[in-house]
Amino acid sequence: MTLAEMKEIAYNGMWKQNPGLVQLLGLCPLLAVSNTLVNAVSLGIATTLVMTLSSATVAPIRSYVPNEIRIPVFVLIIAVLVTVVQYLMNAYLYGLYIVLGIFVPLIVTNCIVLARAESFASKNPVLPSAFDGMMMGLGLTAVLAVLGGLREIVGKGTLLSGIDLLFGEQAKAWVIPIIPDYHGFLLAILPPGAFIGLGLIIAAKNWLDQRAAKKISSQPAPEALPEAAQG
Amino acid sequence: MKRIARSTLQTAVNLVFFAIIGTSILSATYYLTHDTIVATVKKAKLKLVSQLLPPDSYDNDIMQDIRIVAADELLGTDEATQAHIARRGDQPVAVVLEAIAPDGYSGKIELIMSIHPDGSLGGVRVVNHNETPGLGDYIDIAKHDWITTFDGRSRSLFKDADWKVRKDGGVFEHMAGATVSPRAVIKAVNRALQYFEAHRDELFVADVKPEKGAKK
Repeated sequence: MTLAEMKEIAYNGMWKQNPGLVQLLGLCPLLAVSNTLVNAVSLGIATTLVMTLSSATVAPIRSYVPNEIRIPVFVLIIAVLVTVVQYLMNAYLYGLYIVLGIFVPLIVTNCIVLARAESFASKNPVLPSAFDGMMMGLGLTAVLAVLGGLREIVGKGTLLSGIDLLFGEQAKAWVIPIIPDYHGFLLAILPPGAFIGLGLIIAAKNWLDQRAAKKISSQPAPEALPEAAQG
Repeated sequence: MKRIARSTLQTAVNLVFFAIIGTSILSATYYLTHDTIVATVKKAKLKLVSQLLPPDSYDNDIMQDIRIVAADELLGTDEATQAHIARRGDQPVAVVLEAIAPDGYSGKIELIMSIHPDGSLGGVRVVNHNETPGLGDYIDIAKHDWITTFDGRSRSLFKDADWKVRKDGGVFEHMAGATVSPRAVIKAVNRALQYFEAHRDELFVADVKPEKGAKK
């Protein structure tokens, strides 16, 4: 894997093909769990872990799996990995396991995991595949973090609430009150807030992309605006 | 025809092979984490119980002293639950009961409470709920201490008519605009206390062998 390849994979995962903003895959957990920063990042990391492992597992066996049954085999691998992660969380991060609840097992149904296994890992060697899975996961985590952070600040006026679920009682002091004496803005916490927030983030990304494209295209002959990222 | 059959068979064998590997990994993880999971769940429950009963008020192993409580309308449960009995020496100190309020604003509210032999409440906690964040979720101790108003209350102290929010003519405080959730909790606690009155003697029978309740 050359440096250029790595760069391209990373750029794809974090920005150009970002699963949360461009591919728009796996929206269900994205919208449901992004009500606080801690929840959002935790689910993001769990998803990243599963994606890295599943891509790394799919890649080496890709030539042994007959084409007709590759999807069931990939799903099987993903399901196994998710269940392993679920057991581990249940054993060692119980508080978080309770909070994330059904969304941990639901990582199985997150299309982005299967999509990367199918479109990248089944055609590439182990290292690039694992790296691709990781970068896609991190791209999703980044979106989750921004969305979770926004919703938490607007909805609750804090950041990092619930961090004690990860690091125990003493971490309660780590919660950052952004807006003191804030009474909360319910809409941001409820599902509509997630849709509005995600819409704003996608709009911001497209705006940045268009501005960057304009800069490039305005130097040579002015061309038509490049199409906005496809959803 | 033969060739098709053979390739189909091969594919099937291939799939079975992957299924077996997957299953073995899963069972290995299960066996490796099972004890920790049981211990963690137990610890979490014990932590909850310690909010309901001061740990120095009893001296038995409350996690082992278990009654299986059949599903009951008064408890709102639709399957058997476990009740934990706290004792000091031979004297029963309290029973820890699970109950469900079926009529929360968004679905069931799961409760756990400790009841002393005289029918007074040691405390009530919400274990699980889906009430609206920032509105009805003040029934959760993590959000508000409303739920502690139940401490020490009993049915000998309050008549049925008192087991209501103030708005409905009862004695319980509530927050303006969010009465559905507390209403459900109050009703469920009152019913659980009625259940306790009817079953007090079976719950506190003293012939308990610790190993009896060990099964899950």
